[in-house]
Amino acid sequence: MTAGGLPEQGTVPMFPDSLNLSIRAPVNDFIQALVTNHGWVFKAISGVILKAVLFIEWILRGLPWWLVILAFMALAWQSSKRWSLTIAVGALLLAVGVLGLWDLTMQTLALMLMATLVSVVIGVPIGILVAKSRVVRNVTLPVLDVMQTMPSFVYLIPALMLFGLGKVPAILATIIYAVPPLIRLTDLGIRQVDGEVVEAATAFGGSPAQILFGVELPLATPTIMAGLNQTIMMALSMVVVASMIGARGLGEQVLNGIQTLDVGKGLEAGIGIVILAIVLDRITQGFGKPRTEDARNG
Amino acid sequence: MADIEIRNVYKIFGHDSKKALAMARNGLAKAEILARSGCSVGLNDVSLKIGAGKIFVIMGLSGSGKSTLVRHINRLIEPTSGEVLFDGSNILDLDAKALRAFRMRRVSMVFQSFALMPHRTVLQNVVYGQRVRGISKADARAIGMKWIETVGLSGYDAKYPHQLSGGMKQRVGLARALAADTDVILMDEAFSALDPLIRADMQDQLLQLQQNLSKTIVFITHDLDEALRIGSEIAILKDGQVVQVGSPNDILDNPANDYVARFVQRRQARPE
Ligand SMILES: Nc1ncnc2c1ncn2[C@@H]1O[C@H](COP(=O)(O)OP(=O)(O)O)[C@@H](O)[C@H]1O
Ligand SMILES: [Mg+2]
Repeated sequence: MTAGGLPEQGTVPMFPDSLNLSIRAPVNDFIQALVTNHGWVFKAISGVILKAVLFIEWILRGLPWWLVILAFMALAWQSSKRWSLTIAVGALLLAVGVLGLWDLTMQTLALMLMATLVSVVIGVPIGILVAKSRVVRNVTLPVLDVMQTMPSFVYLIPALMLFGLGKVPAILATIIYAVPPLIRLTDLGIRQVDGEVVEAATAFGGSPAQILFGVELPLATPTIMAGLNQTIMMALSMVVVASMIGARGLGEQVLNGIQTLDVGKGLEAGIGIVILAIVLDRITQGFGKPRTEDARNG
Repeated sequence: MADIEIRNVYKIFGHDSKKALAMARNGLAKAEILARSGCSVGLNDVSLKIGAGKIFVIMGLSGSGKSTLVRHINRLIEPTSGEVLFDGSNILDLDAKALRAFRMRRVSMVFQSFALMPHRTVLQNVVYGQRVRGISKADARAIGMKWIETVGLSGYDAKYPHQLSGGMKQRVGLARALAADTDVILMDEAFSALDPLIRADMQDQLLQLQQNLSKTIVFITHDLDEALRIGSEIAILKDGQVVQVGSPNDILDNPANDYVARFVQRRQARPE
């Protein structure tokens, strides 16, 4: 009798070793080859992304704090036309400053903006292709499933090897994690457009581009904005992970707090992340409301 | 002026369309083809001549292939076999660019559920055909306002479709087709979604417009009264086949078979 009173094992064979087929070595070789032979490609990409994010950061940290708050309040007003939200956004950002998190928040915000920007640039076109082409669809959807379920550390390491430590691999890892909902909802939004309306545009001689930009995308905008909203929220949930590979900002502060058992510090930074999430969420949600809604109410 | 001729058009929906086409050519019934090949026969050897400057009505029960047929005239649907001639030339030969030009200038369409663009105002909807041609906003506006007035919607040009009633929406649909300034207008059950009074009103207006503009109108309906009221010629469709073509009087006096006769009787049985 073995421990726990269970009968002894060993009579039933385990999965036979002769059938093992490891992909470990080829994958490692592949990544290694990429790094040694094509490293300059990744350096170049890395350089561009880094420049862009530093530029955004330079603006956000260079502007006076009150101007940034005013800009966000203006955005909130533009998106919702509601005073309550506008004031709430102002108050929340003020609270960030009061907690002494302003600079860290701006760094995190720059990272978010960059990740979101790249997500839109690649996510929306891919979403359109997925909606239009069956082949692309059958290839892309499983890939998205993998991107969303694969633990992020698995791709953080190769990203590190290819792009080095710092903001760039953090942004790329964030994009891999956050872009799927944008692709899915762009696809959904395009396919949800009333087929008869598209048929009408075709019947009047609209070209594929005219129909895409004049009919399908405008009508899909609320759904695409919902996707963008989810993308931003998922990107924010990556900030702590991103800080582990050298991205600065609120995430680093949380990490720091955890490592030094400084619960208060971690909580403060955590609150900063939550505030950023609320502000970005409400603003993008406002932009997601259908345009004709205004006309209905007014 | 535009003469339309549809020659031996078959349309099979489904994967195994070759096999189904052969069955249809051999005279098998629609239900049997569906059972044997899994394909749905939309049109079965349809040939029609639609003369210029008249209202040609295509009638039949729901599922008889009316929508499928009318969409062959502007090639929203491609036939499985057959030809569609427009002024003697086969529109199936047009390449993508020529097809767009053809749709812009020769044939426009009014849809049963209006198919207005919800994010565009009435005016922007009405001038859609003009705008895709590249007409300037100002020129298009002048044309659009004229047709908005013609269909009786003055003052509504800046409204959005969701702010209009069904009858008004369909007037916008009509104005959009008229503003495109094509010789042919296809109307797929354009009035079916409207309630009876507004419907009669729209029929009168269509007849009036037809007299003034002498367009070629291909009008789809499942309602014999409507067909008799506005059609100069009526084609009756059943299971994707043309069962009778003739003037309203032909149809009433000499129904070609039971199917047509039932349409006629049902009408006569109704109290006036
Ligand atoms: N896209 C399609 N796919 C498969 N079958 C279709 C399609 N469109 C029409 N059909 C079939 O073709 C026949 C004719 O349809 P339709 O032209 O819409 O009829 P109607 O307009 O007279 O009601 C029906 O049996 C319908 O099921
Ligand atoms: Mg129909």
